[in-house]
Amino acid sequence: MTRDNSYQAVMARKNEIMKSSMGLDYEVYRQGELAFDYERMMSDCGFSLEDIIRIQAETKVGNTPMFELRNLTNAVRRISEPGKGARIFVKDEAANASGSFKARRASISAYVAAQKGYKGLIAATSGNYGAAVASQAAQRGLKCIIVQEVFDSKGIGQPEIVEKGRKCEAFGAEVIKLSVGPELFYYLLLTLEETGFFNASLYTPFGIKGVESLGAELTSQIRSMTGKDPDAVMITHAGGGNLTGTARGMRAAGCDARVIACSVDLSGLHMASDHDFNRKSFTTGHTGFGIPFATWPDRTDVPRNAARSMRYMDDYILVRQGEVFYVTELLAKLEGIERGPAGNTSLTGAVALAREMNQDQIIVVQETEYTGAGKHHNSQLAFAQRMGIEVRRGNPEESVNGRSIIIPENLSQIKGHRQDMEKLRISYLKNAAKQLAPSQWSEADRKFVAEDVKKDLAWLDQALKQI
Amino acid sequence: MNQVKAGTWVEIEKTLLTPQQRAPQVPEDTRQTPYIMKVAGFLVADALFGEEVSVKTMSGRLVSGTMVVVRPHYTHSFGDTVEELIPIGLGGEI
Ligand SMILES: Cc1ncc(COP(=O)(O)O)c(C=O)c1O
Repeated sequence: MTRDNSYQAVMARKNEIMKSSMGLDYEVYRQGELAFDYERMMSDCGFSLEDIIRIQAETKVGNTPMFELRNLTNAVRRISEPGKGARIFVKDEAANASGSFKARRASISAYVAAQKGYKGLIAATSGNYGAAVASQAAQRGLKCIIVQEVFDSKGIGQPEIVEKGRKCEAFGAEVIKLSVGPELFYYLLLTLEETGFFNASLYTPFGIKGVESLGAELTSQIRSMTGKDPDAVMITHAGGGNLTGTARGMRAAGCDARVIACSVDLSGLHMASDHDFNRKSFTTGHTGFGIPFATWPDRTDVPRNAARSMRYMDDYILVRQGEVFYVTELLAKLEGIERGPAGNTSLTGAVALAREMNQDQIIVVQETEYTGAGKHHNSQLAFAQRMGIEVRRGNPEESVNGRSIIIPENLSQIKGHRQDMEKLRISYLKNAAKQLAPSQWSEADRKFVAEDVKKDLAWLDQALKQI
Repeated sequence: MNQVKAGTWVEIEKTLLTPQQRAPQVPEDTRQTPYIMKVAGFLVADALFGEEVSVKTMSGRLVSGTMVVVRPHYTHSFGDTVEELIPIGLGGEI
């Protein structure tokens, strides 16, 4: 008998396929229409922080260097008010096996899949995560398929995405290259069904647990380098796993520094648009993922998302494409290290924020990513020009996404924009209300929603009046 | 026509969904286009370039589609020089 492989039929088999491709039953954590036992789900994976660190050490993950960026700090101090300009540190996550923190995210899934006897791993991603899964699979003797959105209807793929596909193939993975559209998920399901491989989703508890080691490491490194805790940690934010895992790891290490999300502002561009696809110079760490995922995490390839960034976020800063390219160039020229632009999103946010902080304070940029042909600010800008986008020096605030990229003329034009956290929380509540009218929420639902946005029940009652 | 030997590393292309079959939430411009997949693998049997063929992929799957590239390779680079970047970091930032 042949199966019905139409879009609708495959989507209808979603739950079944998911369950057998992870051996994880999410139903047991259910506490209400909205509520589920998040902490129990996280602890049920059965890995302590020590286990995670040990497993990661087997496959060239973790223990990455922490550098103080003295020249950049000095430059920031020269444009700041007297006494301002926090010390900027960066955790060099590019040193992980596949060149980004995503190696942490893939490592535990690969370990679990091998233990459970799966023959291979599959992940749907256009990003660094594909390379991470491929690299971890190679080391654990597993096959690997990466399902990647690569090209528009003219067959053109932007350089960074092409490079990330190449890297997956370099580690021996099969890369399924797809045109633009949300049907990536449909094809992921079909491939999981066909192969019986493990779904190495970005959003499982294994994925997020794997990032906790990053938060713990950065805390202990800053303590031993400076004798104190960091004041703020700046985290590039897309799907929210980077922030969630890091913040959880910091907490486990007893660090209560401010947790600040940073994304590249890509407002005005549609993520599933064939036309807009090649007019974005960032493929991750941008608002096209950042805002929808922060304000409603359960929109992924798993029933409940383990990445719930609003639970941990204190602030959210947006930066412009041109600002990140400027800072990427500056990092090379002032600090003597070349790193990929997407990973420098949080560095850009940190430059903006350091100016407002005191000189005795510490801000940590929590990651870098590898760079190379395609994954480079010059490649991105040259490609943007070919797509008809104007590139010039000037005030980045005047740039229009999809039309122009304006590279600052000087460091004081790196400002960033703080988002209104209250608005983000309200927008989470509106999304929750679309699932179930607030009047129908149980006590468990109410408690869950409040915790999911880092607030209490008194706040919730007030806020619900506004929606 | 170009005969391609079995075992050659080739890329195939296949239409997964026609415009009519696409997901309901797809935006207007994307909806005008079919949903396309490309994958590389070892050609299973001798064939002519441009024909419908089967390949064995890196994960060992057999996948069929139109042969579109023989020995696919990458050409992405650091891009043409973007002069706007060159002066950055030479002292003008303050
Ligand atoms: C280098 C890098 N930084 C940050 C992110 C954002 O991580 P997350 O999607 O978990 O928010 C990604 C992934 O998309 C990434 O590849």
